[in-house]
Formats: sequence, C-alpha cells, structure tokens
Amino acid sequence: MADNPTDLKYHPEHDWARIEAGHATLGITWYAQDSLGEIVFFDPPQVGATIAKDDPYAEVESVKAVSDVIAPLSGEVVEVNDALTSDSEKINADPYGDGWLVKIKLSDLSEADQLMDAAAYEATLEG
Amino acid sequence: MSAPPSELRRTPLHARHAAAGARLVPFAGWEMPVQYTGGIRAEHEAVRGRAGVFDVSHMGEIETRGPQAADFLQHLLSNDVQRLPEGGAQYSVMCHDDGGIVDDLFTYRLADHFLTVTNAANHGKDLAWFRRGAQAGFDVEVIDRAGDFAMLAVQGPRARGSVEEVADGPLPARFHCCERTVAGAPLLACGTGYTGEDGVELLVAPDRVVGVWDALVAAGVEPVGLGARDTLRLEVNYHLYGNDMDESRNPIEAGLGWACKEDTGFAGSEAVHAAREAGTAEKLAAFVMTGPGIARQGNPILGGGVVTSGTMSPSLGVGIGMAYLPSSATEPGTAFEIDVRGKSRSAEVRPKPLFKKES
Repeated sequence: MADNPTDLKYHPEHDWARIEAGHATLGITWYAQDSLGEIVFFDPPQVGATIAKDDPYAEVESVKAVSDVIAPLSGEVVEVNDALTSDSEKINADPYGDGWLVKIKLSDLSEADQLMDAAAYEATLEG
Repeated sequence: MSAPPSELRRTPLHARHAAAGARLVPFAGWEMPVQYTGGIRAEHEAVRGRAGVFDVSHMGEIETRGPQAADFLQHLLSNDVQRLPEGGAQYSVMCHDDGGIVDDLFTYRLADHFLTVTNAANHGKDLAWFRRGAQAGFDVEVIDRAGDFAMLAVQGPRARGSVEEVADGPLPARFHCCERTVAGAPLLACGTGYTGEDGVELLVAPDRVVGVWDALVAAGVEPVGLGARDTLRLEVNYHLYGNDMDESRNPIEAGLGWACKEDTGFAGSEAVHAAREAGTAEKLAAFVMTGPGIARQGNPILGGGVVTSGTMSPSLGVGIGMAYLPSSATEPGTAFEIDVRGKSRSAEVRPKPLFKKES
C-alpha cells in the first residue's frame, strides 16, 4: 500500500484535502482508487458550484462501477482538473498529485478540525 | 442473488487465484476472480493480443443420454439438435411457452451422450427444466454433472498454440469438440468461447484442473478475471443472461432468432414464430456513447427502452453497451439519449459486433 501523505487531511469516505490559505485541493485516497480499479471516467462539478461536506460532488467510474466522490469540506469550486477528462487514469497513477480532482474556496474553515490526519485515517483501514 | 461469504462456493483454483493476487468477489453464488494484479484493461489486452485463461468452473453441466436423447433435446432447445453432428457444438436457448428465455446454453454432442453447459446462476433452474421435460415421456436419462467438471476458457490469438504445446494432438475446430489429454489430464476440448477471439474451452475433472492451469500459465498464458470477460464479450455483443435477456424477453427481441429453428417444434416455438412474424415492440441494439459518460445496466433510454449492459470498451476507448430500444429506432446511426444517473448522455446505435478484429 502506498503512503498517505502526512500533510493532508482525510475524510472517512476515502477523500483527502490539502488546505492552503482558505482554499483546498481535493482528491481520493490511494485506498479508494485501488478499490475502484482502473478509473475510466471522471465527471466533475462545474466551476462555481457549491459543494457541501459529506455530500457527493463528483463521480468516478471504473470499468466495473460508478462511485460518488464525497466532499471532505464545504466550499465553492474554483478549479477542476481538466487533464482528467482525457486521462482519468492519472487518478490511479498519482492520486495525491496529478490525480487531484478539484480546488475549492473554503466556506467554513473550522470544518477541517473534523478531518483525520494520515495516521488516524490509516487506522480506519485496518481490520 | 449473492450468498453470504460463508456460503460462497470455491473452485479448485481458488488458492491459485489468491496466490496470484486476484480480487475475489461473489458471483452467482461462487467466489470468483474479477481481476488479477494487472487490472481489467491489461487482462483484456492480453486476450485480444496474446492468450488468456479464465477459470469458469462455476458454469454448470447437464448430461443427457438414452435412446431418445436427441429427440428430447430437440424438444427442449431452440436450435436444430438433429443437425448437430457427433463432435459438434451448438448454441441455443430454452424458452417458456410464451417465448421467455429460461437460459442460453452450449450443447456438445459426444459418441453416446450430450453435454450441455449452463450459466451458474441458472443451473438449478435448468436442471429442473430438463428433468420435468424428461418426465413427459422421453426415454432419456438426465444427469447433473456440475460437480464433475471444472472449466477453463483459453482465449486469444495464441491460445490454441499454447494449449497445443501441452496437448496430445490437434485441438477441435470452432464449434467442434473432442477428447484430448492436456498437460497429462484427460478432458473435453471445445472450440468455443465468449470473447470474440479464437480459442478453446476445456472441461476437466476438478482434481486435475490445477495441473492444466499451471501448465498453461507456464506456457505464457495469462490469467484473466471475470471483469475482462465482461468487457471482451460486450465488445463483440455476446449476450449475458440476466442482463441482455431473461424470462421476460423472447429470443426474437433479444436478437437470437438465428439460434431458433421453429420448424423443429421446440417448447416455446409457437410464441417465437409469432414474434418473428409480427415483430417485437423492442429489439436489443448495440450502441456507443458519442459524448462523455458510460451507460450502465438499468439506465433508462429517453423515449423508451433500457440499457442492459454498459462498460468502457478497452479496445475502442469509448463507452459501449447494449439496450432494448423501440424497434423503429434500432437502425445503425440512430442517435438517442440515455438517462445516466440523472444526466442526459448521448449515444448512437451501431452495427454488431461493435468490435471487429482487423484481419
């Protein structure tokens, strides 16, 4: 299993957030992409859309199945990773890097306190 | 459909799958490999370009023997069983009186009996159907052989060559079968498959299948899971029972009229004949997505109809599928919209098969 970066915050639905200056970059974890298998389609939200913590904001599809992506934090979408339109397998290859999904402007900075650090997230994957 | 994990059955190759890093999932009451470590796309490409081996030991088998075995199967199966020669293989469906499809099956004719391969999920139903038919005055014996066979499908352009390396003689041509010894194991070799590639299917005793598997893998044949089996079959528009047909569909609307010979008088032939004469309200059509998105089983068609199978095609690089559409809207080139989880997605009818090998 790949290492989960220690500078990220994690949501129990296998999502991560990189929080910087009132904004966050969001993606799915190594565990999530491994469970899904090869991702063949990413259906992003629109730039400008409002997303809410714990609610679905996008879909990823593997060959076999479709999954909702759950928002780890609330905010307004300011950027979508357009490179995934033609190459959604970047999510498998580099879930914490080139495979990021969206960037949002946070609407409630305190929500981050409810997320886990890498060690706490990894503990949820055991057993 | 899926039983709790404790009740799932395992094939004799279970330990081989686990050792190879397979992702094992419940399928028709069995714990089966959906993919190995390389992933569905790589396994798909192995079969299209080289050779792959599938464990399909979950499939069932029914043996029919006796003086009236051919007459009995002619009554039960939609195809013309009397024209099936010894050493031949034939595809057919079984129908209810109203034409609804009970199952689709391959039947092999051997020297003194017939062997019919059933879908795992339908084996019990099929066996009951055979036995009930046998009670209607035919001098036949129907024997459940599901416990006596494991089954491997070896498919791909190099499949025959790889199997022949470890076989005691030439393999049967397409739609033929013969007894062979492969890697020391006596088995029934059949020139059939479910991928659109050349290859063979091997019916072998459960206690001998591991040796055959090991010999094939040693010969360079790559293990392939049921995930790629589904993408491979859908690219060439082979039907999956429970998706593309079921008891509510007759073989004419399912596009299986070619496997029905109504003049044999098989059970359900009158309904099939009527459907063929009158036409059906809907027909199964193949499609590709012309915009983003992938349609899935159960997605409704705007204007009527439903998607029965859908996936991302590894060979074509687009979303593909099959759907029941109003018969008037099944001409290739017809554009339509699919409701994919609340979003309208564009698709277009295409001729079958969707994928055709360059020759």
